This record gives sequence, structure tokens and C-alpha cells, in this order.
Amino acid sequence: MSDPLPDPSAADWPLFEVFIRSRSGLEHKHVGSLHAADARMAIEHARDVYTRRQEGVSIWVVRSADIVASDPGEAEALFEPARDKVYRHPTFYAIPDEVKNL
Amino acid sequence: MYTQALDVHGREPVPAAAAEVAAAAARFQARIDADEKIEPKDWMPDAYRQTLIRQISQHAHSEIVGMLPEGNWITRAPSLRRKAVLIAKVQDEGGHGMYLYSAAETLGISRAQMFEQLLSGAAKYSSIFNYPTLTWADVGAIGWLVDGAAIMNQIPICRCSYGPYARAMVRICKEESFHQRQGFEIMLTLARGSAAQHAMAQDALNRWWWPSIMMFGPSDADSKHTAQSMRWKIKRFSNDELRQKFIDITVPQARFLELSIPDPALRWDEATQHFSSGPIDWNEFHAVLKGSGPCNRERLEARRSAHQAGAWVRAAATAHAAKQAARALASQEARQA
Repeated sequence: MSDPLPDPSAADWPLFEVFIRSRSGLEHKHVGSLHAADARMAIEHARDVYTRRQEGVSIWVVRSADIVASDPGEAEALFEPARDKVYRHPTFYAIPDEVKNL
Repeated sequence: MYTQALDVHGREPVPAAAAEVAAAAARFQARIDADEKIEPKDWMPDAYRQTLIRQISQHAHSEIVGMLPEGNWITRAPSLRRKAVLIAKVQDEGGHGMYLYSAAETLGISRAQMFEQLLSGAAKYSSIFNYPTLTWADVGAIGWLVDGAAIMNQIPICRCSYGPYARAMVRICKEESFHQRQGFEIMLTLARGSAAQHAMAQDALNRWWWPSIMMFGPSDADSKHTAQSMRWKIKRFSNDELRQKFIDITVPQARFLELSIPDPALRWDEATQHFSSGPIDWNEFHAVLKGSGPCNRERLEARRSAHQAGAWVRAAATAHAAKQAARALASQEARQA
């Protein structure tokens, strides 16, 4: 084979977001991202990049392109309506001190 | 982990022209003033974006190039314990480069572009890595002084206004403190060893002291971007403040080692309650940054050849991924047929 290899560095491998479960009983938490040729390599790289000090017992990777995110421009429309609904919190209700276990 | 204030060498911020942009910039500054964090998809002034891209990518390059001087001693570490520690430290530096490249990418520059900037010589990295590691004591001096200076620079960046950079710095700072302690331990062992070992430690301190002091970047008077970076809360302390802090904590450590700091003007100033030190040779700093340091050419050459030598591995991984994807698709279609 004399054809030169295509230079893969000219374009980046897909970006993956990495989620780590730090110990069983806890949820997976986003820790960062990395590039990998495929999902299996992303898991291997995530192990080297994000768990060098026993930070995890389980890794999820997902292609960044597959994540659907809310638009920061719509944050107000999405989240403001909850602001005036303080009656959703227990502290909204005044209960006399003598009443226990409530 | 290795950051260096290089801000004096960047481009000038672009002045905002339109009134709309000015209004958006004012809202942006108000968020910063209220200590809100800025996230990747939020509006930000172009100059803020460009400043961060420059700073984070230079920081990432410094981590990557920073593996070279210490990597030089992995095969010759004096014991298995020292070798295992040094491998772990160098691997951490590589990891730190990865965290930082990812943070920079959230601002719209690609990994490939950043590699290109490093390999072409267009990008700057910390000037400290253009000095050679001549003896084993240099590995100790780097951990103690270079990582010590880096920690001093980096801890305030954990509170930087840009979320992804701040998060990367938190992770890095957590991992960093073993780097400094293992370096000090090497220096302590040598300083308390034979006369020849003590002399080796002193020689390493002699060569690494001034370059470490220069890691804090140009003096405040010459650092024209400091004021803007502070307004944006990218930077929390000036170069000279951090440098002074580093000198104040390091001088007693050197005394404990019974090593002398190569600065005849160094003395305790009762009035200021700080150590006052001699003048810094900024000509050397600028010469090394511009490419005339002892190892600039060698470092870039090492990065370029590693990148070229790894090309077939990247190509093979890409081909393997494509083949696996095609097979998965074919078996899926076969099941559906």
C-alpha cells in the first residue's frame, strides 16, 4: 500500500460527554468531555483521563452531538414561572411552635 | 500543572462598536460583578472569548509540553518508587492538558486548531519548559518550585468567571498538591544526603529559581491586560502580588533545606513584612518566550515528531471505528430483514 494515510488530525474525532458514578448508590455526574473514535475508546479514555484516583465505579459516555439542551435565551420563560410559587416549599406555611412532628 | 501569565503578548481586545453590543456588554459585566458564572452558550463579548481561548489553550499547551522535561528522567529515576511517582505525575500533566483543551473547545476553537497552533509554533506555552533538566535534582526542583508557582497561579483561577475553566482548575488543583510535595521530598532527600547530593540540589535551585519567579509573568507595570482580566474576573490577583506570595512562602522552605536562594539582594523587610528581592532579568524572559531559550527548538521538535509518529494510530482507530459502525449497521439490517 503506497497510498498515504489520510491525516485524521485534520478533523477531530467526535466529542463525548463523560459521566461518572463515584460510588454505588450515587448518580452518574457530568465530569467533562473528550474526543474518541468510537464509544468504546471514549470509555477507555475516560478511565485514563477522569478516574486516575479511584473517582468512579461506573462510566457513561454519550456523544455531545446527541445531547439536546435548553436554550439559555429561553431560561427566563422556562424557569421564571417557578419563582412566585413559594407555596411549593414547606417553609411557606406558618405552623404554631407547639405543634410537633409536622 | 503549569500556568503562566502571558497576557502581555496577546492581541488587543477588539473595541465594541455597536450600541447593542455595548448594552449587552454592560449586562454581561453586571453578571460578572454579581459573581455569576458564565457558561458556554451564554452571550459574551468577543474579547472575553478571545482572551479565554488564548489563556486556556496556552495553559493546555504548557501542560502538554511540560511532560517533556520530566519525562526525560523517567527511565533514569533512582528507584522504583521514584519512577512510579514520576510516571503518575507526568500522566497527570497530560490529563490536565486534556481537561483544559476541552474547556477551550467550549469557546468555539477545535482541538485540531489548537494542536496546529502548538505544532506550528504560533502558540505560546510557559517559558519554564524551555529549560533543560540536567540532573535528577531538577525533577525535585521542578516539583517544588515550578509546580509550587503553578499552584499559586492556579488556585485563584478556580474562582474564574468562566464555568468550564473554573471547573477544570478545581480538578487540576486537587491533583496538583502531590506534585509539589513529591518534589520537595526529593530536594529534602538530596539536601540531607552526601555533600555531592547537597551540591546537586543547590545547583538545581540555582538554575530553577529565576525561571520559576518569571512564571508569574511580566511585572504589573508592563502587564497591559491585567486590568481588563481582573474586571472580567478571569484573574483575581496581579502578577506581582502572586510572585511576592510565592517568594514569601518559598524562602523559609529553602532555609529548611539548608539551600541558599541565588539572589544576593534577597532580605526580609520588616516594614512591609515581605521578602524583598533583586531585579528580574526580563530580557531573558522575553528571549525564552520568543524562542531563544535553551530547549525551545527541542521541545517543539519532540511534540511534532510524537504527533507524526502517532498519525498511523489515529488513522487505524478511525478506520476501526468506521468498520465497527458498518458491521453494527449491517447486523441490525439483517435482523430487520
